[in-house]
Amino acid sequence: MKPLFESEVFVRIAAPVAVGVVLFAVWEIGFRLTSVPVYLFPKPSDIFTSFLQHGPSLFRALLVTLRVTLQAFVAAVILGTLIAFMFVQSRAIEVGLFPYAVLLQVTPVVAIAPLIIILVKNTQLSLTICATMVALFPIISNTTLGLRSVDPGLANFFRMNRASRFKTLVKLRIPGALPYFFGGLRISSGLALIGAVVAEFVAGTGGRSSGLAYEILDAGFSLDIPRMFAALFLITLTGVVLFGVMVALSQLALSNWHDSETRAEA
Amino acid sequence: MTALLPVEPLGEKARQMTPGCGQPPAVEVLSAEKVFANGARGLAPIDLSVADGEFLTLIGPSGCGKSTLLKLIANLIEPSDGRLLWWRGDFAQVGREGRRLAFVFQEPTLMPWARVEANVRLPLEFANMPRGTADPKVADAIARVGLSAFNRHFPRQLSGGMKMRVSIARALVTSPNLLLMDEPFGALDEFTRNKLDDDLVNLSWERKLTTVFVTHSIYEAVFLSTRIIVMAANPGRIFRTMTIDHPQPRDQGFRDSPKFAAYCRELSTWLAEASIQSAMGDGS
Repeated sequence: MKPLFESEVFVRIAAPVAVGVVLFAVWEIGFRLTSVPVYLFPKPSDIFTSFLQHGPSLFRALLVTLRVTLQAFVAAVILGTLIAFMFVQSRAIEVGLFPYAVLLQVTPVVAIAPLIIILVKNTQLSLTICATMVALFPIISNTTLGLRSVDPGLANFFRMNRASRFKTLVKLRIPGALPYFFGGLRISSGLALIGAVVAEFVAGTGGRSSGLAYEILDAGFSLDIPRMFAALFLITLTGVVLFGVMVALSQLALSNWHDSETRAEA
Repeated sequence: MTALLPVEPLGEKARQMTPGCGQPPAVEVLSAEKVFANGARGLAPIDLSVADGEFLTLIGPSGCGKSTLLKLIANLIEPSDGRLLWWRGDFAQVGREGRRLAFVFQEPTLMPWARVEANVRLPLEFANMPRGTADPKVADAIARVGLSAFNRHFPRQLSGGMKMRVSIARALVTSPNLLLMDEPFGALDEFTRNKLDDDLVNLSWERKLTTVFVTHSIYEAVFLSTRIIVMAANPGRIFRTMTIDHPQPRDQGFRDSPKFAAYCRELSTWLAEASIQSAMGDGS
């Protein structure tokens, strides 16, 4: 039995927490000593007070942003996977459509968000569309790559046994694509959040939003800098949690066989 | 005795090479040759007959066409000229049911995401066999290669030799009547290879499996085979044939016997001659 502080789990949790505590302590103490005014840069304690003060409204805003993020993420996963399946069915489809998928990726969401917000009446829907556009590409490219990266030996075995196209897809291509797909999920979940927040900013400047981005804008207008930081922290925290969930999902699905998720054995 | 059977006429050479009588030969290669698309002569016209239940090994210097011949027998490639018969019928006559082939390659080619039992079940799933019928067969095949305790394991939890056993179980699960193995144990250490050879020689004997085996190892060839075909290259052809006259099943005792050493010595000499012949070509 190893002592607690040497165990893998303990180190993985304790190390980042310790770094965080030190950072916050330096921040708090440093700013207390130099007495920087709150309206320029708040101390952690100011942000915490603001959290308590604006808790309900911040939490409501978080739910709005989270809803857009999750809707966009789910839409991106479904759409992206379907498109990837289409791509691997025929080379012609892929060659024909891939440049447009890239186009979607390289267009800055801030640039087209106003257009979409004008075109789509429902704010919630328009925000979801913007965020989906941002989150879509990693799913398409990763899943396509995964579906194409078939072990040649296994592919040969399937061919020799005259496996049907459907069986080859279900038994060989899809399981083989999973590691790539989960890689896509990790990137895409973060992008869905970024897309949602950016779209909210654009919509917020038009006064048609209520998410965390709007909280930041609103706090900025009233120079309530601690509230701005509080909203920012919530966004960051959401991103970290989303990433953590994706890592856990991928571990759950791949830990038995894929090198990226297998733990070293004694 | 073969002549008494009502069969279509065979090439005279092929008939002469048929060892043992009574059963129709499993595979007959009738002056089949292979010229590749780039004009290279992979195989000169070859006559060969593989008796039912025989363990035939192809050995020879690289480029001698052993793998090409194996692929011809598997019907994975078509001969440029000549023909092949399986149980006295061509591919159309025998069909897939009469000619149940199984392959084992140098790589175990297992699905890393599937447990041992799921890997072994795969060929039965290709045949759309219901789980109830398939499961006992899968369990039996896994038991035959001695991995019953590992049927819930994933490939990455197994050693190289065990993965190869799974690959063999997957080949056996369809009850093949022709087993084709292309250097299956080439990547394993000698100890593991001997162990697998011990099991394979008994498995194929128990099941009266017709096996065509490709290897680079002289010891493995002598230990496993009832007959060894030594091939030479430029173009690929049969150089000599050696019959290993020792009863099956075989064990370590055979490996330790002076007879084994004598066979190995002779085979080694033949291989050296074959590679000289390969360098010279056949003069045509």
